[in-house]
Amino acid sequence: MADASLPTNALTDADAAHPAVRRAFGMSVTATLMGLVVLVAVGLLSATSGAAGLPVRGVFSALSDWIPLLGIESTLSATQESILFEIRLPRLVLGMLVGGSLGVAGAAYQGVFRNPLADPYLLGVSAGAGFGAVLALGFGLDLGWGPFDTVPAAAFLGALVAVVASMAIARGGGASPATLLLGGVAMAALFSAAQTYAIQQLDETRAREVLSWLFGQLNTTGWTQVWLLLPYAAVCGAVLFVHRRHLDVLRVGDDEARSLGLDPARSRLLVIVAASLLTAAAVSVSGLIAFVGLVVPHIVRLLISHSYRVIVPLSALVGAAFLAFVDIGARTLLAPSELPVGVITAFVGAPFFALVLWRDRWSST
Amino acid sequence: MSSTGLLEARRPAPALSCRGMRVSFRDHEVVCGVDLELGTGEWLGIIGPNGAGKSTLLRSIVGLADFDGAVALGDGRAPGATDVALVPQFPELPKGMTVAEYVLLGRTAHLGWLARESRADRQIVSSVLHRLDLGEFADRLVSTLSGGEAQQVVVARALAQQCPVLLLDEPTSALDLGHQVSVLELVDDLRRTEGLSVLAAMHDLSAAARFADRLILIDHGRIVAQGIPDEVLRSDLLSAVYGTSLTVQSIDGELVVLPASRRRTRPPEETP
Repeated sequence: MADASLPTNALTDADAAHPAVRRAFGMSVTATLMGLVVLVAVGLLSATSGAAGLPVRGVFSALSDWIPLLGIESTLSATQESILFEIRLPRLVLGMLVGGSLGVAGAAYQGVFRNPLADPYLLGVSAGAGFGAVLALGFGLDLGWGPFDTVPAAAFLGALVAVVASMAIARGGGASPATLLLGGVAMAALFSAAQTYAIQQLDETRAREVLSWLFGQLNTTGWTQVWLLLPYAAVCGAVLFVHRRHLDVLRVGDDEARSLGLDPARSRLLVIVAASLLTAAAVSVSGLIAFVGLVVPHIVRLLISHSYRVIVPLSALVGAAFLAFVDIGARTLLAPSELPVGVITAFVGAPFFALVLWRDRWSST
Repeated sequence: MSSTGLLEARRPAPALSCRGMRVSFRDHEVVCGVDLELGTGEWLGIIGPNGAGKSTLLRSIVGLADFDGAVALGDGRAPGATDVALVPQFPELPKGMTVAEYVLLGRTAHLGWLARESRADRQIVSSVLHRLDLGEFADRLVSTLSGGEAQQVVVARALAQQCPVLLLDEPTSALDLGHQVSVLELVDDLRRTEGLSVLAAMHDLSAAARFADRLILIDHGRIVAQGIPDEVLRSDLLSAVYGTSLTVQSIDGELVVLPASRRRTRPPEETP
């Protein structure tokens, strides 16, 4: 640093921060801890609820058994253990990963488009993934490769094609958010039409299968889906986490952002690519789960902060907890049959969203 | 300034210099070859009528408008967001953003790759707010501030950038008289205590006379006159550039620019 003569010295003098300054910066840690507590609580609730009721203490002991040096022996029977580790936990973890991914991606989209109504499906991810899945499920298009099953692979590819097409007709990520949004609308319409047409060509059983995939569900076969999603969640989540402050800077508009030292087009492009990739990966393993990406960032905004420094990480926590919680209902409400989790998220999400809009109108008048 | 030697005060080392600045929008040239030099610790005022190119000149210096010519800092580098801070004319105040978060935006250019604000960043925000007596505002929302408070917060954000050069784009055009003076006095204090150099497009000619060390008068993208306020603020010059009769008076040793009384001077071709 060659700026010894700059205002630096005067401004870094250690003076006690005003209580209001500390308040303004201090709450994110508390909120993160609370989010973690809620997430763990939801996890335990989910692991212990279901047809084969597992005892809470047994679940604790079985989990602690995995931690070395504790010396706690699992008190669950072998059957119970396999239910826990092969059925309950994979589904729970997948729900958390998908919910967290959609929450973060939704927050990122809302930030980039500077639009509270943006959700991760805005650029045609849903329609593209749906179209890909319909082709794979209905027409037996075999896109499977190595560890990748046909449907996730087809949905993933379809989603990426739709997003890339949206960005291409808007002439790249450097385009203004409004242009990009219109590109997304156009591509979503196109792919939805193609998807509807394709479903019409199917026989009834296959069409039902496709539709239930479209509603969104967390069906797991062991840990496969978790391993498919995990790398995307880790890499894209990290990229979005690193760019969370850029989203705050974008809120003052491109010109001011540039004068503050940010390259708005570059930040937007990176964030959109990461969020879209993450959404495509989530959709490919779980289908189209509605409203999580839209509602979760708003919950964080309402309860904690409007700053994306806080919204991005907490949307991951809240999204994970929210979807894991709702999935308990999906598994148990109509037991032994199962509700698509996307139906419940929409049922919970729509009224909640109405409430957010209402409150917003109230507070602005 | 008064403590430094006379020679140095006359010719301070440049903090920022512009050579042959030209900015065009489509075929229309808005800034037509402006040279200027901003001394360290100096307040250089840019005056001129609406559309003269004042804002465009400032915007091109921070890279918001494409230009031909050269902008350089004292050491010859091109300026970046850690060198020159701009206080925009119509700052955007995002809904739901607190004052502390808004001022923290000034630290953007100082962020590392992981983009986490460090303790130092928060400390700087805290000190800046403290310095401007805005401490208790830290968790207020910027969208709920009055015009004067908001302008102070925008100045605070620019200070958090820790740039040696501050550009003000008509910083007081939205404020009442009292707040105009207090914002300008604030900047003037900072210039003296923190050693900032200030380049300000100014609407109010009397304020320009009072605060600026030197003035540059711009019309149609060209420099028409420059020098200390006494040299630039001449009624014939101003009347010609602003297209209306203006008089310059000295009240208690301060220059005041007023529209000429309509009774005494009528525009020549008023008779139909």
